[in-house]
Amino acid sequence: MKARLACSLAAASLWHRRKVLALVCLTLTLSVTLLLGIQYLRTEVKQSFTSTISDTDLIIGARSGQLNLLLYTVFHIGDATNNIRWSTFQDLKQDSRIDWLVPISLGDSYKGFRVVGTDGNFGKHFRFGRGQALKLAGGQWFNGVFDVVLGAGVAEKLNHALDDKITLSHGGGRTSFSNHTNTPFTVTGILEATGTPVDQAVYISLQGMEAIHVGWESGVAIPGRTLTPEQAQGRDFTPSAITAVFAGLDRKILTFRVQRDINQHTGEPLSAILPGVALSELWRLMSQFERALLGITGFVVITSLIGLIAVLLTLQTQRAHEIAILRATGASPTLIASLYVIECLALAVVACLTSLTLSAAAISMLSPWLLTHYGIQIQLRPLYFPEWGLLASVPLAAMLVGLVPAFSAWRKSRSQGFDSLGES
Amino acid sequence: MNTEPESSSHRAKAEASALEIKDLTFRWNPHYSTLAFPDLSLPQGEHLFLHGPSGTGKSTLLSLLAGMLPPATGSIRLLGSDIRQLSAGKRDRFRADHIGVIFQQFNLVPYLTAEANVTLPCRLSLRRRGAMDGTPTLAAQRLLTTLAIPESHWQRKVTQLSIGQQQRIAAARALIGAPEIILADEPTSALDSDNRDRFIALLLAMAEERNTSVLFVSHDRTLAQHFHHQIQLGQVPE
Repeated sequence: MKARLACSLAAASLWHRRKVLALVCLTLTLSVTLLLGIQYLRTEVKQSFTSTISDTDLIIGARSGQLNLLLYTVFHIGDATNNIRWSTFQDLKQDSRIDWLVPISLGDSYKGFRVVGTDGNFGKHFRFGRGQALKLAGGQWFNGVFDVVLGAGVAEKLNHALDDKITLSHGGGRTSFSNHTNTPFTVTGILEATGTPVDQAVYISLQGMEAIHVGWESGVAIPGRTLTPEQAQGRDFTPSAITAVFAGLDRKILTFRVQRDINQHTGEPLSAILPGVALSELWRLMSQFERALLGITGFVVITSLIGLIAVLLTLQTQRAHEIAILRATGASPTLIASLYVIECLALAVVACLTSLTLSAAAISMLSPWLLTHYGIQIQLRPLYFPEWGLLASVPLAAMLVGLVPAFSAWRKSRSQGFDSLGES
Repeated sequence: MNTEPESSSHRAKAEASALEIKDLTFRWNPHYSTLAFPDLSLPQGEHLFLHGPSGTGKSTLLSLLAGMLPPATGSIRLLGSDIRQLSAGKRDRFRADHIGVIFQQFNLVPYLTAEANVTLPCRLSLRRRGAMDGTPTLAAQRLLTTLAIPESHWQRKVTQLSIGQQQRIAAARALIGAPEIILADEPTSALDSDNRDRFIALLLAMAEERNTSVLFVSHDRTLAQHFHHQIQLGQVPE
């Protein structure tokens, strides 16, 4: 009965002071939203990052470190140490344990975006996120030698549409002075946004890659030796080398054995890496920063809780009369103290619920926009255990904080007589 | 129904003293002088008027009687039990069960309605809840009607009511559940003289119906005529 009385009194008192407390509750809500949002984004971004590439069991390239190989094949950062011979690619194709292979050929760029030479298997086998396949927003995958498919980010940024003619540049970099002007490509397809580096690249066939480099053997175009699209018709453009290979295995259990075999390949020095492992390692580099961010947000919440105590202690002087009345009517000091704790708890719970609603609304409204404009993939999902823990810690902390005014009220009300209701 | 004295259990206690104090002294702390109070004994159902200038410890005496302050020496017996022997928690419960209080002003919990203020003691004390026919709300409404609080005011925030109405609501709160003792600390000092006499007459009449003893403190000696007994505070040497 006393608990119900305490709750109903606390509720009435909160409602009575709603104008002041709404502000406190608002600061608390905002800081909890920040805390929750950062924690949520942390896991989402990590999830999105570590699933930049999925279902690919091995990435194979010339001998190098695993981060380097991952960076240039998946993130298009940095350059390959060396190429793989076409014959090695053919050897890998013979391996019965390997289900599929996607050749990757890098080196050129288009207005700062990497050009990836590949084949039809790329569209068929490349997976990202939770095993999602690439989808075309419009058009189709490349058929001809001079067809190009644009990543969503490229099309968006450069405002390209289907059937646009584009000229690729030799080598990386935003401004290149050597362009493949003789061999323009036609946009035949534009990919849907994925939130991965796929959005920031353009895709052509290995044949196309080979064709634009005829006459470029010395690194610059030798006049007269380059091809025009007309001359390219009917020629065989089997490449002599590629940069890397994405591989999928029949049986995942063999991954490590295949990796070891490739690393010991006799033809030329190769490296095979597990993309998931490499991605986690890369993420660990950033975890220091994200932990610091979470720490800062934690302090924001603590600050607003301190603000809550300040307000409650200020209100306490106004409440002397009401406390004296309750005491004189027979309420125990514990009941008085519990009012403060319940009020703090209620404020924190309201703040948590509001911030949950706020975050959910913000995420569901902003996620399509984030994906199309920034390539960040964030989905609304049920909270994970650590997030519930974080959220639950707020009312707990508020209860602890509530003990401060509660204790002082308890102490005062123990030695409070009728005099406190005098003329004051 | 409450008017029939034979019907209630209060009758049995009528023989006993509502309150009895002996050799009572109090000091706020060692640096203050000691306040000494005259010995008192009040039969159940009778009313006592305490008067004296400010600083003679009128409010302090009420706090001591209510068990909210501990005396330095002496004994306080309320309804036959020595409240100094009770633990703090039991004293709070005793107060909730057996004592109604009316203060000088700011008598009501500001965020409760008039009606909720009146029923507050019933929510703190099972005994007072049990001492009425019908629900606490009905009892409160009956009291408010008798004390001439218009029905339209019952659900209002008490801060919107006049001082006179607030004091009458406080009286209703003190009376609800028929406690044996009502302690009133200058409840009329904020009222004009017409209202003052009406208030006292009404309070005492309703207390009599319930066989409740009223201990009334005031510096205004003209009010003494309403009471069975009166005592002057502040004549006892330190």
